[in-house]
Amino acid sequence: MACIEARGLRKAFGTTIAVDGINLRVEEGRILGLIGPNGAGKTTALNAILGLTPYQGELRVLGRDPWTERDQLMRDVCFIADVAVLPRWIRVSQALDYVTGVHPRFDRAKAESFLAKTTIRRASKVRELSKGMVTQLHLALVMAIDAKLLVLDEPTLGLDILYRKQFYDSLLNDYFDRSRTIVVTTHQVEEIQNVLTDVMFIDRGRIVFDCSMEQLESRYLEVMVHPEQVAAARALKPMHERQVLGRSILLFDAADRQQLAALGDVRTPSIADLFVAVMGNQAGQAQGAAQ
Amino acid sequence: MNTQSNAMPESPLESQVIAPAVISATRRMYWSVRRELWENRSIYIAPLAVAGVVVFGFLIATIGRAVATVDPARKAAVLAEPNSFAAGLIMGTAFIVGIFYSLDALYGERRDRSIFFWKSLPVSDLTTVLSKVTIPLIILPLLSFAITVVTQFVMLLLSTAVLLGSGLSVGTLWTQLSFFHMSLMLLYHILTVHGLWYAPIYGWLLLVSAWAPRAPFMWAFLPPFVIWGVEKIAFKTSHFLAMLQYRLTGPEPSTTTAPGGNLMDMLSALTPAQFFSTPGLWIGLLVAAAFLAAAVRLRRYREPI
Repeated sequence: MACIEARGLRKAFGTTIAVDGINLRVEEGRILGLIGPNGAGKTTALNAILGLTPYQGELRVLGRDPWTERDQLMRDVCFIADVAVLPRWIRVSQALDYVTGVHPRFDRAKAESFLAKTTIRRASKVRELSKGMVTQLHLALVMAIDAKLLVLDEPTLGLDILYRKQFYDSLLNDYFDRSRTIVVTTHQVEEIQNVLTDVMFIDRGRIVFDCSMEQLESRYLEVMVHPEQVAAARALKPMHERQVLGRSILLFDAADRQQLAALGDVRTPSIADLFVAVMGNQAGQAQGAAQ
Repeated sequence: MNTQSNAMPESPLESQVIAPAVISATRRMYWSVRRELWENRSIYIAPLAVAGVVVFGFLIATIGRAVATVDPARKAAVLAEPNSFAAGLIMGTAFIVGIFYSLDALYGERRDRSIFFWKSLPVSDLTTVLSKVTIPLIILPLLSFAITVVTQFVMLLLSTAVLLGSGLSVGTLWTQLSFFHMSLMLLYHILTVHGLWYAPIYGWLLLVSAWAPRAPFMWAFLPPFVIWGVEKIAFKTSHFLAMLQYRLTGPEPSTTTAPGGNLMDMLSALTPAQFFSTPGLWIGLLVAAAFLAAAVRLRRYREPI
């Protein structure tokens, strides 16, 4: 059974189509990065997966319909929708008590040991904590839940780099094992590049790119071309070309590595560069279609 | 890559075995209600504060009266009067707290976006709404009952001390103010009127609180006002207003606000059979159930504002 399976997932707000017929299959044990520009439909898609918003089309999460079975689903799924959603009035100790009281898979001792590594005091209210500490608290609560699927929507938005680094480190070291599935969206693409097993680009409500990291590494190559070789390199039909410090960097899809090596320094592109290339082509195609 | 997990007391696999597979509905309900009490401390602080003020005022009044020469025959009656006043004040406070609580209950969690956190836990919308309606229908009435009884008892002790201090017999005070009977009547009033008769009022407020895009207070009070106005202009009648008045004043004249006359008569005047055969009660409960069902459904659709 796939962890998340969507067919023709669609969601419109009035005349605005937020999610436009997505087909999606996320297997167990993957860490999927969902990447897209603002307003691409990432959050809407995630909200549908979490049973927070009604949708059209077929969607199963861990074999359940999230819209009608949200409360049962939440025994096996946990999410951080936004850093600022912990109620400001709650005390740290109350949050621990409450989640212990209502969640069958919450391991309080584990949450306590995560909190012990931070400077968060039990008697503090959330409103007294810094933004970084609130995220640490939320993460401690979520990581102590023995869930099958964890969904993170911009979990590190507005945090400084130390907290962001720490966040992903503890997620990988203390939480992830091969049986869990994590779906994460973020704008800080570079920071999660090494964390992901799969990457998906979403644009205007559609999935425009879907690839595992192994595939990505074997399939896409980036070459910093020697100036005299530029014409030869362009002849190989790169996906994308950009200039950095006067040098041309060309990105190829399914090109021969040895052939490219003759033209310049070959390396695996970063997700950010690939994103720009794919999105640039999308925009080009859209323009072409318009003409 | 699992270097730090040694610090963990248990591995995820072990904890899965230890953790109970199911949490009973009652336990979820219990914690949801406790959560409400953590968030809204005015639920108990406000009636307690009013009780404190009442006792303080009574203390000043009794000391004043003890010095003044009051007709000894009327003294007990004079001392007994503040009892019903105290009860009315504490229950009125609880009613007001209930109104404001209900209006904010499902609106506040959307305003501060915490609804996303609550929805990330395995608690259904039904449990959430029921836990919230428990506050005005059960918790607040029982709490105001307990606080009133304690307040009245403290006042009774104060009166006794004052009467003894001025060398008068306390007999009349204790026989006239049959404490047990008074409490029993209060409990009856609180459970029937505040717990059952007012249910549609709180149901309506919770529904508005689940729906209102902003300003729930306005959405709660404007529609009844408009309906009253339209009815008045179009049909020159005021059935709707009469209905609201009937709902607010209760099916029978309030027993607890009657001055401390013959309490045994008042006790026998209680007519539970009549109360429970009032159609208004059952219609009200049905309307309340419909409002709450709508609130449960709405909460599923609602997102932060």
